[in-house]
Amino acid sequence: MLIDIHAHFYTLAAPRGDWQQVNARRLEAGRRIGITAHVASILGTWGARSPVYFPSRADVEQANDAMVALCRAHPRLVYGYCVVNPNYTDHALAEIERCLHEGMIGIKLAASRRADDPLLDPIAALAAGRGVPILHHVWQHRRRDWPGQEASDALELAALAARHPHARFILAHIGGGGDWQHTLRVVRDVPNLWIDLSGSGMDTGMLEGVLETVGVGRLLWGADVTLDTGWAKLRYLEAMGLSADDVAAIRHRNAEAIFPQGCFR
Amino acid sequence: MIVDVSTFVGPYPFRLVPGATAEELLRQLDRLRIDHAWVGHLAAPWHRDPRPANTELLRLLSPHAPRLVPVPAVHPGLPGWEADLAAARDAGAPAVRVYPGQQGLEPAGREVQALVLAAADRRLPIILTERFEDARQAHPLDVAPPLPASALRQLARVSPDARLLVTHAGRAVIEEVHFGLTPTEATTLLWEISWIWGPPEDDLALLLETVGDRRFTFGTGMPLRIGDGAVAKLDLLDALADRLARLTGGNLREWLQDPR
Repeated sequence: MLIDIHAHFYTLAAPRGDWQQVNARRLEAGRRIGITAHVASILGTWGARSPVYFPSRADVEQANDAMVALCRAHPRLVYGYCVVNPNYTDHALAEIERCLHEGMIGIKLAASRRADDPLLDPIAALAAGRGVPILHHVWQHRRRDWPGQEASDALELAALAARHPHARFILAHIGGGGDWQHTLRVVRDVPNLWIDLSGSGMDTGMLEGVLETVGVGRLLWGADVTLDTGWAKLRYLEAMGLSADDVAAIRHRNAEAIFPQGCFR
Repeated sequence: MIVDVSTFVGPYPFRLVPGATAEELLRQLDRLRIDHAWVGHLAAPWHRDPRPANTELLRLLSPHAPRLVPVPAVHPGLPGWEADLAAARDAGAPAVRVYPGQQGLEPAGREVQALVLAAADRRLPIILTERFEDARQAHPLDVAPPLPASALRQLARVSPDARLLVTHAGRAVIEEVHFGLTPTEATTLLWEISWIWGPPEDDLALLLETVGDRRFTFGTGMPLRIGDGAVAKLDLLDALADRLARLTGGNLREWLQDPR
């Protein structure tokens, strides 16, 4: 088994004419790599009607509806995260309830609000209560604000995780930009924070560093928007001399443990 | 025969890069079934004078010839740089490296153009590194800008005999350069694949169709990056054996031997 815990799909509403081909290529490349579950989100209209990282309520709803439809079109292969914008607290909480009822298995928070902001507390509390993880977009060592997002780094996500010890958080794409070494200084002693290996970055020493810092038990395999780099990291992990048991933990067992019980069967 | 045109040994100024030795590079080449590697010195781009690093590079690689092939650096802003070019040629280097951004030179300025001309006269390719790091993770003191497409276009027009191998470039730069040149000018360039995205965007597959599969060659960026990255791109390319052979060494050999 191989679970990609960080996938994305596109919809007709996205500002790209090849959205169907990109979705199809994800599934095809996933088949070649051996992905048995894509856990995915759709970030609003991907900028068409509201910004990717600051989606409007209407775009959030439309994207989540499309995600539910994709899950139904690909049962037991595609699974959904509910995307919300924490600036609309009541809407976010209602949308999470709606999406979980529709079969989604996690919550995706991108960069609409800093991770340590109190506005995220009710969402984290709901996630803990419903037993679903939160995948949180993270900029590995954000030294300044970049346009288009209110990105968080590991310190801020760790602060949220500390306030909600019963919630499970996934720190997104350790290879996804910024300084992953900064993140490693933060995450060692945050037991409810798992590391997602996705991102286009493939620095030598990064995988060794993550393993040394949090151990096999808190690593989750994912690809995000570059399946080739996901495949590369999997190849490298398997060549590092990890036991078959450890590789299985990263490939799927850790994910099975933090998402709702039995959801990948 | 698989040739990796984009590898290094030696220390990197901005972080500790594990495995930056010739011995570890050989171990990775074995694991990835790569036959030969063109190797630069990882600190040389930031040295005021690359000559000592070139000497060190030859010393580090000499026990491992012919599998590890040295690619010395030339700083065309320094007096006597022509001697460094000649020394590289005498040492059997298949190419030389130049780092305009790191060396404080205009990327297509007078000095770099002079080097391109001189190297063309000697039929020696030049390797240009479009970038070393994703800008988002660069050290605060790592301020050299990426090589702009405009500079690459200018350099490609310096001489019909020039050969420019560009590493670590992505789709946007490649397209802007390739379609901004005449078909003849475009044959001056060979692009290394390590920074080009695979699926689901499939930039590499697209470029092989639009730019043509004779304009690309294999490189990993080791030890800055794990070598599996470039290998994985080929794994997922769904390419026939003859195309793979071109990408992993055939195009490079043909480009080097092109008599113009």
